Amino acid sequence: MAQVDRDALTGTDTTGHEWDGIKELNTPLPKWWLYTFYACILWAFGYFIAMPAWPSLSNYTKGMLGYSSRANLESEMQAVQASRAPWADRIAEASVEDVAKDPELLQYAMAGGKVIFADNCQPCHGSAGAGAPSYPVLADDDWIWGGTLPAIYQTVKYGIRSTSDETRISDMPAYGRDELLEPAQIQAVADYVMSLSGQGTASDAGKAVFDENCAACHGEDGKGLKDTGGPNLTDGIWLYKPGRDGVVAQVTNPRHGVMPTWEGRLDDVSIKQVTVYVHALGGGQ
Amino acid sequence: MKHEIFEKNVIILSIGILITVAIGGLVQLVPLFTMEQTIEKVDGVRPYSPLELAGRDIYVREGCYLCHSQQIRPFRDEVERYGHYSLAAESMYDHPFQWGSKRTGPDLARVGGKYSNDWHVAHLVNPQSVVPESVMPQYPFLAQKDLKFDKIAGHLKTLRVVGTPYSDEQIENAVADVKAQAMGEAGEGDTEALLARYPKAKIGDFDGNPGRVTEMDALVAYLQLLGTLVDFTTFKPELAHR
Repeated sequence: MAQVDRDALTGTDTTGHEWDGIKELNTPLPKWWLYTFYACILWAFGYFIAMPAWPSLSNYTKGMLGYSSRANLESEMQAVQASRAPWADRIAEASVEDVAKDPELLQYAMAGGKVIFADNCQPCHGSAGAGAPSYPVLADDDWIWGGTLPAIYQTVKYGIRSTSDETRISDMPAYGRDELLEPAQIQAVADYVMSLSGQGTASDAGKAVFDENCAACHGEDGKGLKDTGGPNLTDGIWLYKPGRDGVVAQVTNPRHGVMPTWEGRLDDVSIKQVTVYVHALGGGQ
Repeated sequence: MKHEIFEKNVIILSIGILITVAIGGLVQLVPLFTMEQTIEKVDGVRPYSPLELAGRDIYVREGCYLCHSQQIRPFRDEVERYGHYSLAAESMYDHPFQWGSKRTGPDLARVGGKYSNDWHVAHLVNPQSVVPESVMPQYPFLAQKDLKFDKIAGHLKTLRVVGTPYSDEQIENAVADVKAQAMGEAGEGDTEALLARYPKAKIGDFDGNPGRVTEMDALVAYLQLLGTLVDFTTFKPELAHR
């Protein structure tokens, strides 16, 4: 190599390039950095051989280790299922009532049900089933479709007005919008409905309208019928807008809430777990 | 070093540049040759219906992807929470895809059918009304704004140019299909023909306002479709190992 020209000011070697008297300093990369870089290149060749790496014209190199994130997931999920099997298999065989009776299964179902509830049910029914406007409270004694374990199980599994063929469904007629009742009749029946929970007084006309139109689903005493999904009107608990205005609105142009079917999204064991959890929130019958 | 050879000879320099750029191009292009292997063969995935497509445009316009991903990765914690991991086939008609890489909110790849239409509307108008701890912004204007869909057929045509297999029939009926899907039984649209063209489409008055087709209708129709198309009963996971 020719004699290296050293820059007098900095004491650094130059590359020997010179443009109009300006010389280029030669500052090599630190050795530790350079060798790390070379080691990384070597590592990459090993990686190409071991792992899926290069595309070819119609496929890709699979690598000697045969790594597949999806295959890994499958074996991990099989291990998870095997670890759950001692309880999950028994829950799959048992009815929800039997799950709730068996202390060991109950404990398992409650722990899993809590997580399933938080992931899936909480956005509508609130934390710990506290409910929200238009979404029923699950921690009280007021049940539209029943608060027994089998009733909750059916509701969770098939939903309400859902896309499932087995869905629970109730369809309150639009007495106002479809002009099935006169405005005066709606006012009268609203008074009567409010009086059922001890708010205000009602006329005989209101009771007559109720008996003729409402009693079939809400019961003659207005305490609701679980089979038809007619809510209890005597407890002062309102799903939609509370108070007399809400009753008038619902009779005039009713709202119909929808609960999705969870069959398919959750497996049967998960549905049983969350059923047991919901039942234990405070209102289970 | 001998880079002087390159620096002082324009022909050699040009050849060097060509080779370097070609390598960069190949790295981007060659993986596309394996598309046949990348996209799993599954039943059920179809192009978006015009209303869903309009909803998807609103999803993109409002930047939903900035906080919500649409890709369930093949990990236990993800599949236990969100459902089956996402397949490449599920976004093959997405231009561009909405996989995202940021989850301020939850993944939405399988949100379809998880909540009711009412819930989506209440949640979009005011997320805190149903999820008190949510930091999501409010989108009440979606329910007020009429959806502009008079040019939706052109959108379908454009997507056909980039490979989405819309048929002439689908393009011809695009505007009618928007109305049929968003008005449901209340409208006069031919919902049977719509379902024949777009199986599994959710039909109905999504926003609780039967007389109008709003942006809310479109967005909720899109959200309710997400992740519901693939028929997993005929899906063979061992063929989809990647």
